[in-house]
Amino acid sequence: MQPQTIQRLKKLEHADKRWVFLLVALAVLVPLIFPLRIPLKTSAPTQAFYDHIERLPEGSMVLLSSDYDPGSKAELYPMTEATLRHLFRRNLRVVILSLWPAGPPMVELALEQVLAERGNDKRYGIDWVNLGFKEGREAVMVDMGRSIRETFPVDYGGTPIEELPLMDEVQNYASFPLFINLSVGYPGTKEYVQYAQSRFNLTMIAGAGAVSVPEYSAYLHSGQLSGMLMGIAGCGEYEQLIERPGLALIFMDAQSVGHILIVVLIIVGNVIFFIVRRQEK
Amino acid sequence: MNTFWTWIAALLTLMILSFLYKDNPLFKIAEHLFVGVAAGYVVAIEFFNVFKPNLWDPLTQGRDWWLVVPFVLGLMMFTRFSKRAAWVSRWPLAYMVGIYSGMAVIGFTEGDLMNQVRASLVPPLSGQAMSGFAQSPGVLTALELTTNPIIVFGLICILLYFFFSLEHRGTAGFFARIGTGLLMVGFGAGYGYTVMTRIALLIDRFYFLMSDWLKLI
Repeated sequence: MQPQTIQRLKKLEHADKRWVFLLVALAVLVPLIFPLRIPLKTSAPTQAFYDHIERLPEGSMVLLSSDYDPGSKAELYPMTEATLRHLFRRNLRVVILSLWPAGPPMVELALEQVLAERGNDKRYGIDWVNLGFKEGREAVMVDMGRSIRETFPVDYGGTPIEELPLMDEVQNYASFPLFINLSVGYPGTKEYVQYAQSRFNLTMIAGAGAVSVPEYSAYLHSGQLSGMLMGIAGCGEYEQLIERPGLALIFMDAQSVGHILIVVLIIVGNVIFFIVRRQEK
Repeated sequence: MNTFWTWIAALLTLMILSFLYKDNPLFKIAEHLFVGVAAGYVVAIEFFNVFKPNLWDPLTQGRDWWLVVPFVLGLMMFTRFSKRAAWVSRWPLAYMVGIYSGMAVIGFTEGDLMNQVRASLVPPLSGQAMSGFAQSPGVLTALELTTNPIIVFGLICILLYFFFSLEHRGTAGFFARIGTGLLMVGFGAGYGYTVMTRIALLIDRFYFLMSDWLKLI
């Protein structure tokens, strides 16, 4: 290889990383402005997540633990919206809680959006309840197996739960045929599987940030999780299934192009590295 | 009012992203603002959501007098501010470590160990995969047949890699090296998913800037 070419490759190898930032920014920005509508194929865990909600008889109660904060909004918020849309469309009654301090405002935001879309036809205290945040992590998970009413004596707004008709039917996990956990980190799906699912034999499905997916996949394989939305891609598939495109489907084109760019950069970077190293030897 | 907060959020986002060009005072302002707001928020939440309803109210209202014990244990934590009395804080710490260790052992054994061992005890060929292949023979259904053998073989190889009482030479070394390779595949998958999350975070911010702030989409 020509020495000039090697010099150019070496220069490229040590190129300013800000060029990479710029490329990634463009790869993400352009598909957001000009959508490509790349089709998505539904994966088995997403289908199972959807099926578990679909199979519930109308009026069933679902427990939803929303454990994330604004740092994970990109992936978990679209999941929260899509899940709430699905649950309300199926006329299921929802009890919501959070083990993350900043979790309840995220849920309130999603509820506001989803309920407004429906013309605010769901009544608080009858169709849904937001119990808010409770400190205690694993201790709260275990305590709810004994009594949710004692663990959360008041709801998010401070109303005693005795004044909420829906809560009359709630005792503990056994009151819910389905438990949904949307989480990315601690405390979240892993801890719920360890401290609640196994101990109280819950039927549990989860929505997870992609970074947590490798860890949670073991629970999917073992059957401890009955379905899972894997990151923004899983949420996009789910939005297709519920036939209500949302944020995840808007994001997916940008996600796909961003991934292609990163794969190309990794391959190009490695090829240059090996060529330069061989020439130096 | 919404427009005001959207502008604040957009400007703070740009101030944080400016770090990608280089460290600068605008980034520092946004960073420090975030740390302060987050700390304040957590303190307020913990005070009104934990300390007051779980400890202060029951104590001051004459209920649950035994809560004096955790209250005193909590106060003992503050002895860390004094060099001479810092040792006192080890008592509440020991209590917390004991509680959480006990809980973690039970949780891990019940939720992870037993169920994961059970999940790895699979037949060499899954009945579901075989019927799937019989119904529609193809590459994907054939690959499905390899799932259980890969799980069992992979598990043995990786366990061998972590078995240090045996020198990793000869046959054991061969399988341990396969275990290393499989671990690398796992790390690769983990890295891929991490990239997915990070890209999603960037998309969310750009979407906010383009949609809520600039109204371009």
